[in-house]
Amino acid sequence: MNWINNVVRPKIRSLWSAKRDVPENLWVKCPETGEMVFHRDLEANQWVIPNSGYHMRMPPKERFVQLFDGSDYEAIATPAVTQDPLKFRDEKRYVDRLRDSRAKTGNDDAVLVGAGRVEGNAVVAAVQDFDFMGGSLGTAAGEAIIRGMEEAVARSAAFVMFTASGGARMQEGILSLMQMPRTTVAVEMLREAGLPYLVVLTNPTLGGVTASYAMLGDVHIAEPGALIGFAGPRVIEQTIREKLPEGFQRSEYLHEHGMVDLVVHRHEMRATIGRLVRLLTHAKGTALIPA
Amino acid sequence: MRSYLDFEKPIADLEGKVQELKALADSGNALPIDDDIAKLETSAAQALADIYTRLTPWQKAQVARHPDRPHAVHYIEKLISDWTPLSGDRNFGEDAAILAGLGSFRGRPVAVIGQEKGHDTQTRIRHNFGMARPEGYRKAIRIMEMADRFNLPLISLVDTAGAYPGIGAEERGQAEAIARSTQACLRLGVPIVSVVIGEGGSGGAIAIATANRVFMLEHSIYSVISPEGAASILWKDSAKAQDAAMNMRITAQDLVRFGIIDGIIEEPVGGAHRSPDQVIEAVGGVIEAAFATFDGKSRDDIRADRRRKFLAIGRELKA
Repeated sequence: MNWINNVVRPKIRSLWSAKRDVPENLWVKCPETGEMVFHRDLEANQWVIPNSGYHMRMPPKERFVQLFDGSDYEAIATPAVTQDPLKFRDEKRYVDRLRDSRAKTGNDDAVLVGAGRVEGNAVVAAVQDFDFMGGSLGTAAGEAIIRGMEEAVARSAAFVMFTASGGARMQEGILSLMQMPRTTVAVEMLREAGLPYLVVLTNPTLGGVTASYAMLGDVHIAEPGALIGFAGPRVIEQTIREKLPEGFQRSEYLHEHGMVDLVVHRHEMRATIGRLVRLLTHAKGTALIPA
Repeated sequence: MRSYLDFEKPIADLEGKVQELKALADSGNALPIDDDIAKLETSAAQALADIYTRLTPWQKAQVARHPDRPHAVHYIEKLISDWTPLSGDRNFGEDAAILAGLGSFRGRPVAVIGQEKGHDTQTRIRHNFGMARPEGYRKAIRIMEMADRFNLPLISLVDTAGAYPGIGAEERGQAEAIARSTQACLRLGVPIVSVVIGEGGSGGAIAIATANRVFMLEHSIYSVISPEGAASILWKDSAKAQDAAMNMRITAQDLVRFGIIDGIIEEPVGGAHRSPDQVIEAVGGVIEAAFATFDGKSRDDIRADRRRKFLAIGRELKA
């Protein structure tokens, strides 16, 4: 029972569950099997439904807590950006959407950056939060990723990117499209510095995110069953007017088609990342720096 | 037979009458209608000028997609001598949605990548309406890497609704192909100059438009998603494409204002299709001048110039 070792320690768990406002009697339903799980049990199991193995979305800060040694990490501040340069409104004003998402998540935008150690190795990680406007890639998210990659270069650390996004943030129009080449510039900086870049694709990762930094890692890891693709399934169905095959655009499908190196259960994620970073950086000696 | 867009109806009516009167005059009837023809021609020209000086973003999208608009093949034909098309990604297949090849541009050997939509049913199918699959982007990468090795500057002509959304394209890694193509642009030690000649559709466009200099034709559009796509996602109503086009800031004039592109290339009154040679010549001039600014620059400088340009985007914007 390997996963038991990876389950977060109770003391730490109580720290974050106290912060959040979850009703005591909350039960969560597995989207796949309909199985009901008590939220505490779900959290204790890293948001994986115990029987079905379905990987639920998890709060972005939890990624850091579970990734870094001793759950100890430094939050890296991300740059402030110009708000709503397009003065965009659809059925709602973009500034109102931003305000609502900030209130809901407690974060400024969709990408958080943290630095610490993973099994002794220096790592900077970024996490994309699907709960913040679908994890969409706008200027703030782009700047946060660039900042994170620059921080990795400054610290001579590996960079780990947890993706979760519906794609570009349409409310920022062309500026959102520009985050594709902009983040790619930062990927090039990592590469030139000889630092490993690991991508962890989580459910879902689509559009301009997949078509830029999410597909440029040295190693691509996917969580089981994640939807990963360029065009969303609905767009493809409308274009070709036929039903899509079972399992299309899921992690296992991408693995089979050569786009993903490993499909890794969340309970094995930390160990896998630690091992990859150690193997990739060992020759440079960076992995030997004491914690 | 000229094709008219919906909003060009007043022009179509006037130009139609001119044609009728001219036919009448030519038929040998000695009617005193020369003055009428001249008057009508003036009104038609005036109507055209009026409409085209205040095109809405949605109207521009239609002009950008006009069936008679000059396409990549026309630019290549007029601007490139010794044109030698190259095919295939060496992995899976040939994708005619992206043309690629070598040739000579105003005395300079160059590599060219251009998205081609086709102009009739047969060519539209052959070019897949300008919507490339992964092999198209992988061919582009191959040509870019070759251009880099042989020190050839690159011209990229952007005209696509977007990368093709299909099962095969996903299966073969559409997202990866686009990401790698953008990365390949960023690695070039030779200058790359992009011109959006029609539609710059999202990731499908940026994959070949991560360039040292990016220009747009006056009535071209460049956006993260088509107005129709944005309307159906954000307004849940594809009929709201006009609102989406307006809100998303997709015109060349908007993109200059946001510091995304380096300049606008003027079109004749009534759009590029009314005088293709003139537009193609103007595009040639702009590309030539852009290349000249990189003469004598080192490969590292050219690469650094491109990176700086993209990193700077959005950093100086005012709310």
